[in-house]
Amino acid sequence: MCLSIPSKVVEVNKDEVTAIVDTMGVKRKVGIDFIADEVEEGDYVLIHIGYAMNIIDEEDALESIKVYQEILEKMDEEQRQEVQESMVKESDNCPNGGVT
Amino acid sequence: MSLQLKDLYDKFRDPATIKALAKLIGEEAKKLERPINVMEVCGGHTHTIMKYGLKQLLPESIEFIHGPGCPVCIMPKERIDHAYILAQQPDVILVTLGDMIKVPGSKGSLQDARSKGADVRFVYSPLDALKIAVENPDKTVIFFAIGFETTTPMTAALMDQAIERGLKNLLFHINHVTVPEVMKELIDSRDVHVDSYNNRIDAFIGPSHVSVIAGAKIYEPFPRAYHRPVVVSGFEPVDVMEGVLMLVKQFSEKRCELEVQYRRSVTYEGNLKAQAMINKYFEKRGLFKWRGLGNIPDSALKLRDEYAKFDAEKRYADILPKEEIEDHKLCICGDILRGMAKPTECQVFSTACKPSSPLGSCMVSSEGACAAYYKYGGVM
Ligand code: SF4
Ligand code: SF4
Repeated sequence: MCLSIPSKVVEVNKDEVTAIVDTMGVKRKVGIDFIADEVEEGDYVLIHIGYAMNIIDEEDALESIKVYQEILEKMDEEQRQEVQESMVKESDNCPNGGVT
Repeated sequence: MSLQLKDLYDKFRDPATIKALAKLIGEEAKKLERPINVMEVCGGHTHTIMKYGLKQLLPESIEFIHGPGCPVCIMPKERIDHAYILAQQPDVILVTLGDMIKVPGSKGSLQDARSKGADVRFVYSPLDALKIAVENPDKTVIFFAIGFETTTPMTAALMDQAIERGLKNLLFHINHVTVPEVMKELIDSRDVHVDSYNNRIDAFIGPSHVSVIAGAKIYEPFPRAYHRPVVVSGFEPVDVMEGVLMLVKQFSEKRCELEVQYRRSVTYEGNLKAQAMINKYFEKRGLFKWRGLGNIPDSALKLRDEYAKFDAEKRYADILPKEEIEDHKLCICGDILRGMAKPTECQVFSTACKPSSPLGSCMVSSEGACAAYYKYGGVM
């Protein structure tokens, strides 16, 4: 149940201590009680049961993505093919019906 | 390059990256002197490991031990019975998060209570409880609060709002539990079946979103006092694989440290504002019983005395039973959680104990070790 969803802040309402966030196309209002002083439009945040928990560090996210890219580039062609072939199956979220 | 929202999903689930990391882990694991058992403490990680088949990508020398899972699965029957009884009081609306729907107490689940006519409402956010309280001024609304450190501040925020609005009809039944204490218990506690301090946990993958709030600092004692390295990892499959790689490297390089893989969201200190909010309303409870693990010292929170008038446990003290309900005698969840036994070694596994009629915590949620074995036929 500790899962949370990365979303983008579209609008901040400091008086109401809320923000409108976009979660892959779905817009909703969330509480920003824990990040009210810092949060700005355009920030990425993690949403957990109706509240933003933090502001995702963009630089760190980009850094990780870059590292993964480099790992992939270092692999030779044969390895890369092998990797590409084994696709990962997607299934439902928490099958127990939990709010995730 | 600037970050897109899509990247936060796709890049950390990219199949090629997952496989590439698996290769690196495989190479690194060759340097290991002995196999290692990694406990992923949190149900969220277990979920990722199963959904993406990560175990099958790892060398045999790396084994996952599925941890106590989630705050829902470890909720003891006593507490669910409390909710069940509260829900049946006249003029009470019991509100809780959707996760609680199916978890069985000794009288049944909250879903059963509802089908018997009790007013139980499953909500997505604690804020919904506020709305229900405002809309039903002549009812007593009781928020049955559950969750680890991740979820506790949201209950505190609800409390804040209720006080600010002068709401008199919103009470709280607090079941918030904390992660480091159960990790300590798994290492420290006496194993009842072999009567020794046995566990096979060599390292931990630290829960990600717990640390977004509480910081990585809460795991500081594990490398130091217990000699168990911890890597706080995100919930996406790429995060978990990178976390495993970091742990394996610690072993091959003979280091024992606290590291953070999930740097994009976890800092050492965590969210101080949320922590202050938790401290304002909550304090340690003393003993709290975890389904499958028994009483664990300081592993849960309760409302501070100043807020006693909001505490449903106090308000309804005379109708809420205090007796402990024993875990099922044959259940060996405790051993499974220490990595000392496999679910298939339990006498009632898949016979008397199934996901549809769980006897112990490891079978309650689909993320518990027994339920996973049941579903995946022991391949985990
Ligand atoms: S139902 Fe699933 S997501 Fe919800 S708390 Fe239990 S294991 Fe976690
Ligand atoms: S199969 Fe059921 S009774 Fe046996 S250990 Fe697992 S949860 Fe407990």
